Amino acid sequence: MNTAGVTQIIPQGIEYIRILPEILLSLSGMVIMVLDPLVDDRGTQKLLGLIALIGSVAAIAATLYQSQFPGLGFWGMVKVDAFSTFFHVLVTAIAAVVILSSFEYMQVQQIRAGEYYGLILFGTVGMCLMSSAVELVLIFIALEISSISTYVLAGFRRRAAISSEASLKYFLLGSFATAFFLYGVALMFGATGSTSISVIAQALRSGPVPVLAYVGIAFMFVGLGFKVAAAPFHIWTPDVYEGAPAPVVGFMSTAPKAAAFAVLLRVMFESNAPGRLWLVWVTAALSMTLGNVGALVQQNVKRLLAYSSIAHAGYLLVAFAALPNNGIPAAMFYTASYAAMNVGAFAVVSHLAGAGERYVSMDDYAGLGRRSPVLAATLTIFLLSLIGIPMTGGFFAKFYVFSAALQANLVGLTIIGVLNSAVGAYYYLRIIVVMYMREAREELPAIPVSPALGAAIGISIAATLYLGLLPGRVLEYASRSAAELLH
Amino acid sequence: MNADKWSPVILTLVTFIPLAGALLLLSLPRRDRDIRVFSLVVTLFTFVLSLHLPVHFHRARSGFQYEFDHSWIPTPNIHYHLGVDGISMWLVVLTTFLTPLCVLISWKSIQERVKEFFIILLVLETALIGVFVALDLFMFYFFWEATLIPMALLIGMYGHGRKVYAAVKFFMYTMIASVFMLAAILWLYAKVGTFDFVTIQNAIRSGQVADFTGAAQWLFLGFFIAFAVKVPLFPFHTWLPDAHVEAPTAGSVLLAGVLLKMGTYGMLRFNLGLFPDQSRANAWWVMILALIGIVYGALVALVQPNMKKLIAYSSISHLGFVVLGIFSFTQAGLDGATFVMLAHGVSTGALFMLAGILYERRHTYEISEFGGLASSMPVYASFFLFVVLASVGLPLLNGFIGEFLVLSGAFQARAVYGILGATGIIWSAGYLLWMYQRVFYGKITHPVNETLPDLATRERIALLPAAAAALVMGVAPLLWLNAIDPAVQTALAPFAQLASKVVGQ
Repeated sequence: MNTAGVTQIIPQGIEYIRILPEILLSLSGMVIMVLDPLVDDRGTQKLLGLIALIGSVAAIAATLYQSQFPGLGFWGMVKVDAFSTFFHVLVTAIAAVVILSSFEYMQVQQIRAGEYYGLILFGTVGMCLMSSAVELVLIFIALEISSISTYVLAGFRRRAAISSEASLKYFLLGSFATAFFLYGVALMFGATGSTSISVIAQALRSGPVPVLAYVGIAFMFVGLGFKVAAAPFHIWTPDVYEGAPAPVVGFMSTAPKAAAFAVLLRVMFESNAPGRLWLVWVTAALSMTLGNVGALVQQNVKRLLAYSSIAHAGYLLVAFAALPNNGIPAAMFYTASYAAMNVGAFAVVSHLAGAGERYVSMDDYAGLGRRSPVLAATLTIFLLSLIGIPMTGGFFAKFYVFSAALQANLVGLTIIGVLNSAVGAYYYLRIIVVMYMREAREELPAIPVSPALGAAIGISIAATLYLGLLPGRVLEYASRSAAELLH
Repeated sequence: MNADKWSPVILTLVTFIPLAGALLLLSLPRRDRDIRVFSLVVTLFTFVLSLHLPVHFHRARSGFQYEFDHSWIPTPNIHYHLGVDGISMWLVVLTTFLTPLCVLISWKSIQERVKEFFIILLVLETALIGVFVALDLFMFYFFWEATLIPMALLIGMYGHGRKVYAAVKFFMYTMIASVFMLAAILWLYAKVGTFDFVTIQNAIRSGQVADFTGAAQWLFLGFFIAFAVKVPLFPFHTWLPDAHVEAPTAGSVLLAGVLLKMGTYGMLRFNLGLFPDQSRANAWWVMILALIGIVYGALVALVQPNMKKLIAYSSISHLGFVVLGIFSFTQAGLDGATFVMLAHGVSTGALFMLAGILYERRHTYEISEFGGLASSMPVYASFFLFVVLASVGLPLLNGFIGEFLVLSGAFQARAVYGILGATGIIWSAGYLLWMYQRVFYGKITHPVNETLPDLATRERIALLPAAAAALVMGVAPLLWLNAIDPAVQTALAPFAQLASKVVGQ
């Protein structure tokens, strides 16, 4: 600790700018919590949603402002760099789009939604911190902030037993996983004498790697592997995704995942973690295979997308096995384009689900191409992107990941991945086939899409196509931040 | 001078005008007639525009023409690089030629979701043209995959019978196969650092690619599998009959006329162009598969009770000729293979249109449902006979030239290949003429057939260009071959060196 006086212990003004997005998000979240009991009328629930939306957009603006002041803050616990900016923007943008897509859903489901928006914002605070924290204890706290919010969000359809089941399952297994992570942090501290990533990196580089460090890394990997739903820590995913409210699934399948991947990238690459390769290799191959094979037999669209998200975690992990200067940008690009297509897909799913989420089985999608051609077309674009068809973000995402893997001479893993993406095509295609080529069994009512949901879907489509047609700028930014991360 | 000004943009225009038309269609109101007329205008305009290519093509020059190269994405290094040589140019024209005919032939048969149908058709045209003009491996893959979705939708939404099964089978077969090509492309990119076809080709030829010798065989196979499924080469052909039988007429025409040629074009351009040594080493089994395809396709065609399935199997047989010609590595063989691609596109396209016309009237393809049609539909019968004769390879019609060249190439490579291949011609005469006899001659066996209306003016307009093209191609093949020849010579240049190397030793 510094002895130069109180002024150096108390954070400087600029250091607050380095957590400005988190501050703004927390403030808006608290305003919502305070207002929630005061506004009782269901019509004014929209007001709270609007505050949440404004809060998250303000956080994006703050992030952009903050990116002009790169550097460490709060005794070297937070770091603003291009890497953190990337994930801040991504996570808050996901939150904003999910909030937009929740307006209609909450009305249809008749759920009092006040604290829902607050929880999304608090969760986002945790995720933002995860991407900018460079100290393991803060990472752990951020992880907990984000996790606890998502546990509650998963159970938000209080009247549905399946939703409470999802929440409880997620909570029990999730706490177990965070405990693993914490244990890993402790072991790492034992091995290197520090919880700061840069100090750990130096310690690991300078001398022989202690066995404890291997174990520590492995435990942290287990904890984060749970958060990103990578096999073999994926068992919870289908049940939780099936039970949780559809927009929440759109949120928790992308934002916490992106943040957990950000942590993994920092921990694995910046600290030059030992024994990384085989650990990631096995997990990646398992996730891709189990995810895709599991998805083949699903009838429930949400469960299908849950298995798909396991598979996508696997593709993403392939990038971790690659060399850092190709792997990091590839992984970052993947999180972004996966977020765009999956949030969009769940926005459509949440609309089609109807009151009480009755219509989430594959058969309910029959004849959608005729019933509401625009929605069917948008869902098709998201699904094609999930398959990885050219012109969509999903294509370049896979493309960068696999070419990074090939540059690291991981031919075996690439072939497993490429074959898996061919298998994956089948079940996404099934949904498209059902929508366009099957007749509806019963005439389902076509609910008009509300403007807010339309905007959410529109943003997702635009992002998916932008990443598919002009991926250059995003990738370039990701490469730059990767270079910064590795110095 | 004026032509030179156009030459960098002409390929972009030809490729994307159909897509622009599709986007415009999106905003048009659902008045079916207007939509049909609009699609016809767009496709005709594209065709006329594409005629710029052969008219201003420098026939004496080898290498790519009308090139346009512009950086698209900096990392990875992807270029928007278009260009054609004598081979791909004619395939582009074939595509633009067949699409307006598809619009005409779908005029009445598509009555539901008309707007979507023509949007899909136009998007498909863009993707097909793109495959032939792309000179960047990435762009090529991009268009290659992009053809899949509209085609699968055409089959699945507008087909009949087990259409969904056929669409999914088609999609999965080609998707899984092309994944191997993607892996090979990625490997090349990882080693060479570019997707540019010409740059990669030069790098391989000058031996600058690290680890190439070990990987070359796998790369060859990666590309080959993707193309072989598309062709389709025996034993990867099982998706084709299903897809054809269930597809709407326009889908069949484009599937047989153009989509299958993507495979043979790919073999010619990429397998031969990038991996000459491996092509030569693998030629023996490829040619055997091609021969099996020729004979097997013909034999199965012979026993088909379903007219459309018969034509589908005949395609397997004809495409076998193309593969045989390509892997003979002779000037005649490659010239012939390219010519068969074009000729088969025109005549099989016409055959599918004719089958579709009959289906519109009777809603069946069963040959046994017909008989004696020559008396009730004389004009139709004579068109049909003309196309059948073109397809079986009657001299002075288009089928003859290509097959003759392929066989003479195959003889040069190894006599037994030529002999076995030649039986394919006999078979094709057998199954087509027998089918013709059963459908058109004899007495009318089903009373419904007595009153079938003959060809309408619109149908005649759709068929006439195809028939005329079959005749002109047969009478004046040099119009086509003099552009194909230099391209084939370029493609064969490494093989000549290989041969001389062998002789030198």
